[in-house]
Amino acid sequence: MCGIAGIIYQQRSGPIGADLARMLQAMKHRGPDSTGYALYGEPGDLLVMRFTLADPNDPRDFSFSERLARNVREVEARLAKIGATIDRVDGESEYAYRASFRYDGELKPLADYVEDVPGAEVLSLGRSLEIIKDLGDAATVAEQYRLAGFAGTHGIGHVRMATESDVDIANAHPYWAYPFPDVAVVHNGQLTNYHYWRRRLERQGHRFQSECDSEIIAVYLAQSMADGLSLETAMKQSLRDLDGVFTYLVVTESALGMAKDEMAAKPLVLYQGADMVALASEEGAIRAVLDREIDTHDPYEGEVMVWSR
Amino acid sequence: MDAEPTTPEVRTGRYDVRGLADPDATAPKTSVISGHTAELDAADLTIRQINLELRRLMYTEGVTEVTVLNPKARHSIAVGLLLRCRIRIQGSLGYFGCGLIDGPEIHITGRVGWSAAENMMSGVVMVDKNAGSLTGAALRGGDLVVRGDVGARTGIDQKGGTIIVGGNAGSMTGFMLQRGRQIICGDVGHGLGDSMYDGAIYVGGQVASLGVDCVEAELTAADQELIDRKFRIYQLDRPGAFRKFVCGRKLWNYDSLEPSERKLVL
Repeated sequence: MCGIAGIIYQQRSGPIGADLARMLQAMKHRGPDSTGYALYGEPGDLLVMRFTLADPNDPRDFSFSERLARNVREVEARLAKIGATIDRVDGESEYAYRASFRYDGELKPLADYVEDVPGAEVLSLGRSLEIIKDLGDAATVAEQYRLAGFAGTHGIGHVRMATESDVDIANAHPYWAYPFPDVAVVHNGQLTNYHYWRRRLERQGHRFQSECDSEIIAVYLAQSMADGLSLETAMKQSLRDLDGVFTYLVVTESALGMAKDEMAAKPLVLYQGADMVALASEEGAIRAVLDREIDTHDPYEGEVMVWSR
Repeated sequence: MDAEPTTPEVRTGRYDVRGLADPDATAPKTSVISGHTAELDAADLTIRQINLELRRLMYTEGVTEVTVLNPKARHSIAVGLLLRCRIRIQGSLGYFGCGLIDGPEIHITGRVGWSAAENMMSGVVMVDKNAGSLTGAALRGGDLVVRGDVGARTGIDQKGGTIIVGGNAGSMTGFMLQRGRQIICGDVGHGLGDSMYDGAIYVGGQVASLGVDCVEAELTAADQELIDRKFRIYQLDRPGAFRKFVCGRKLWNYDSLEPSERKLVL
């Protein structure tokens, strides 16, 4: 089933970490397997990279923590070697880390170099995007990663009921559009031409973190934008190119967008306030942050909407 | 040697492994009753408690008019009520609101999510704002009135009753409609009346496209009378003209009879 949510403050920054945690927790019944957040803080001149070095399902053998410590040092060494000036590297949980650094070169070689470290997976990379995902419900993940204090401008989130692939971090949403900075997607539905698009995008040099069909959308959109299309045009084109049932939300450094397939098979409720927009699979999730009677509507089939900051 | 059959372990008290339902809930008895009317504040109640309290009021306290406060867009509220009564819901409902009812007149001052008034047998459900997809799915009777816009597949598998929409409707409106009527004042999306068997759909606005085996028919005086009467009852703004859409009967392939029918023919 899965539940998706998004929020954007158009004029100011807001408590998006706490907001999304409340919205997603209100949809726990739509997917209790894993929860993910893509949050946008105020952009700075540092690059932020969120990465994991193990999966929560991995067996905790004798050398587990020793191996993680060694691999973090290896990631730091590789960042330095490729020309990044590290600001700091923090452990966010037992196996997840956040690194901030200065770097002016190409992002793809950097991400590839880091992922070459055993067990390493780059969850997000960009000037303001941070992806946090783990097993458990929204409150568990928000507490584990201390998201209550995360202020920012916009973000999306996802609660997952796994149907097509494993319950682990790699298959949890949101998906970062590797290797394009600051683009992430959450998706509710199934894509039926996944293998077609995966082969096509792999031929163009992209690599995929997971077996999950939703990852296609993120890479597809980022590739279209890299080819010169605007976000809105790329999304409209995706309605034609992607086959299946889907409602997805996409975020870039400065915008939040939604798209719904031709059959309107997956729900989405939209609230447009004076300076903020909130969307979720159920109105109950929006009411978790706006506890009063509000006017909402469901976008129609084939509709694409983008809100910019 | 066969093992002795063991008696299955008896579990005392039911439980839901995810902690999402409360199977052993009881009616909270928090409503304020005065004569035949009552006020139910749903703010701190679970969905199941709200429905149990509604049933208690109607079935054991003899209340016929209830106002529900603070529904907070929750799902499955006011379902399965099989008697005549009046309910005013002050706010919005989530999915599956007012489903499986037979008799109540329900007025919702906010909006409803997907599948509102699903399988209603009789009664009236009136929604002041918008509704989600699958509104009035498998409706059997009664009137379902939405003043705002509705989503896709309105009245899918409808088998009776009337659905009236003040605003626009999405794609596949009247999908597999079998009997009953739909009156849409605004525009409708693609695939109107796709695979409908019978019944009629009246549209006041633009039709994006017709579905398989849906054709336009002439609007008769009886149709006009019906539309006028419904609009008078619910005091809606009537668009200038309506177009009527019915089944083209190209997909009617009822060659094989049921065994019971065959007996009658032979």
